[in-house]
Amino acid sequence: MKNVQKSKRANKSLPFFFKDEFKVSFVIIFVSVVLLITTFTFDIVPPILNRGIQPATFPKALLILIIAMTLIVYYLATKNPWKIEKKLPRSFFLTVFSFILFIIVSKTLDFFLAISALSIFVAYYWGEKRLFYLLLVGIIFPIIVFVFFETILGLRFPPGIITNIYYS
Amino acid sequence: MDNLLLMLVPLFSSKLLLVLFFGTLFGLILGVLPGLGPTTGGALILPFTMTLDPLSAIVLLTSIYCAGTYGGAITAVLINTPGTPAAAATCLDGYPLAQKGEAGRALGMATVSSTVGGIFSVIILVFFAPILAQLAYEFGQPEYFALAIFGLTMLASIGEGSPIKNLIAGAFGILISTVGKDFMTSIDRFTFGINELTEGIGFIPVVVGLFAMSEMLTQSTLINQVFNRIALKAIKLPSKDDYKKTWKTILRSSGIGSFIGVLPAEGGTVASLIGYSEAKRFSKNPEEFGKGSIEGIAGAEAANNAATGGAMVPTLALGIPGSATTAVILTGLIIHGVRPGPDLFREQPDFLYGIFGAMLIANILFFVFGFFGAKIFARITLVPNKILWPMIFAVSVCGTYSLNQSIIDVWIMLFFGVLGFFMRRYGFSVVPVIIGLILGELVEGTLRQSLVIFDGNWLMFFTRPIALTFFILSLIALAFPLIRSRKFKKKQ
Repeated sequence: MKNVQKSKRANKSLPFFFKDEFKVSFVIIFVSVVLLITTFTFDIVPPILNRGIQPATFPKALLILIIAMTLIVYYLATKNPWKIEKKLPRSFFLTVFSFILFIIVSKTLDFFLAISALSIFVAYYWGEKRLFYLLLVGIIFPIIVFVFFETILGLRFPPGIITNIYYS
Repeated sequence: MDNLLLMLVPLFSSKLLLVLFFGTLFGLILGVLPGLGPTTGGALILPFTMTLDPLSAIVLLTSIYCAGTYGGAITAVLINTPGTPAAAATCLDGYPLAQKGEAGRALGMATVSSTVGGIFSVIILVFFAPILAQLAYEFGQPEYFALAIFGLTMLASIGEGSPIKNLIAGAFGILISTVGKDFMTSIDRFTFGINELTEGIGFIPVVVGLFAMSEMLTQSTLINQVFNRIALKAIKLPSKDDYKKTWKTILRSSGIGSFIGVLPAEGGTVASLIGYSEAKRFSKNPEEFGKGSIEGIAGAEAANNAATGGAMVPTLALGIPGSATTAVILTGLIIHGVRPGPDLFREQPDFLYGIFGAMLIANILFFVFGFFGAKIFARITLVPNKILWPMIFAVSVCGTYSLNQSIIDVWIMLFFGVLGFFMRRYGFSVVPVIIGLILGELVEGTLRQSLVIFDGNWLMFFTRPIALTFFILSLIALAFPLIRSRKFKKKQ
């Protein structure tokens, strides 16, 4: 119990801009302010056609509400600091990287190839070194999913180097 | 009476029985796998339901909901990790009892109490939903606005997290619903010149991202975690002595679960926590709780399964989701062209009572599957994450792409996956985002239409008794977490 309290309070010793509560609140408020500014660029309905409120009013009110509530969260956090989260492991960053890889490969080369690449990449970095299982998750299973979606749901996947061969 | 007979429809349709069979089986598997569960599973299966007729599609989703909620108990008892969030309270006594070598007894009690809770809640659903739908005939736009606000304020008290963080997440969900062409004026909002965004952000990419992809990222931080799995010889039906000890708890928790389920936005997780704490409060042996109390398992499991039927009440009668999974079911209804609400009860009773009947059968089916197959389902937990999650990724990507055949939807899903991970990491629940997204259109639409009716006079909302009642309830819902935390501090 004491250790838990210790780790919770440990957050107090950090400068305020290093604390999670500041970083999270800052990001939310920053994004909300940017979006709030964006709402001023929305087209305005002429008064003669306008019924009720302008299209920008509702999102504006929501964003102000989010900013206000975030300030409350931050204020409460100054009184009762959040516990410090553990550092994220390498496997997390590799998984996020694999998402980015997926986007790049699916956009430039092939959707199906991107799924295969991500599956093999993730399985390998999460500790799967056996070739059969890598082939299972990277090739056999995506083929099953592809065929299932293609034949049963009649889905047409976006063009790419592999899907073009299949469709031609 | 005629309507009640319609509940037998699924029994006489081989197609529906088959759908129920696979739905229950799939739901159990999803429930057993930590990190998945009926909400994610429902979202993943939603694109597949497009090949089915509306009744079969919703029967599939509801059977996944019922069985998935129960399935979480198997993992909770055997590896001390709730398969679903609703099974978190089951861990408290299920695992200690399993450690004492009584895993079969613990699972037997979980199975029986889940089934009783589930059936009890379907009975509540059958009788209560039509009454609520009848009341909803009195609702105009202002009343629906007030009701939606009530649903959103209930987000403050879901789960154990910070009420304000839940409200921020809910407001964010509503904000997402404003992306795209404004439905009243066709003016673009937050589209940033991207054509695909003019149609708005779809529900499926957000749900799959926030639940499945964020869970994949969470699992990526836990790849070295080792579970201590307790071996299960056979599941045992509760003894006479166990029944004597727990029947009152099961009935009480079934009532609590059904009531909590009916409240908009609340769901099995809240129901099981309250069911568990009430079981402890009324128990003759409260000191046994946390050490393997059979009453603790019964209290939590009866409540979380009772919440399934309860949560379907506002979903079907008012179009307000009672939980995260019913939000997915609501989307399923909308995708299939079925508009929930009072008219549904008048115009399509066969459809509705077919769903009720299917839920009843699903509760019986998962009892049979659970009783005879718990040992096999327990083995599913042995599938390593390094194999399982890449496969889930493939299904998630294809499922998300399939609805609109849009690669942008897949990117949105991945974005929400990363966002959901950080939300959960810093104590923001992702469930309010989903509820906010579902209710967003209703909130804005009814607000703007009400203001047209009231000629811009906001005060007119408070002159309508039903709307005023919902606003008062909203205030209570906002104040409740404050009162609860003060009481808790006083107790401490």
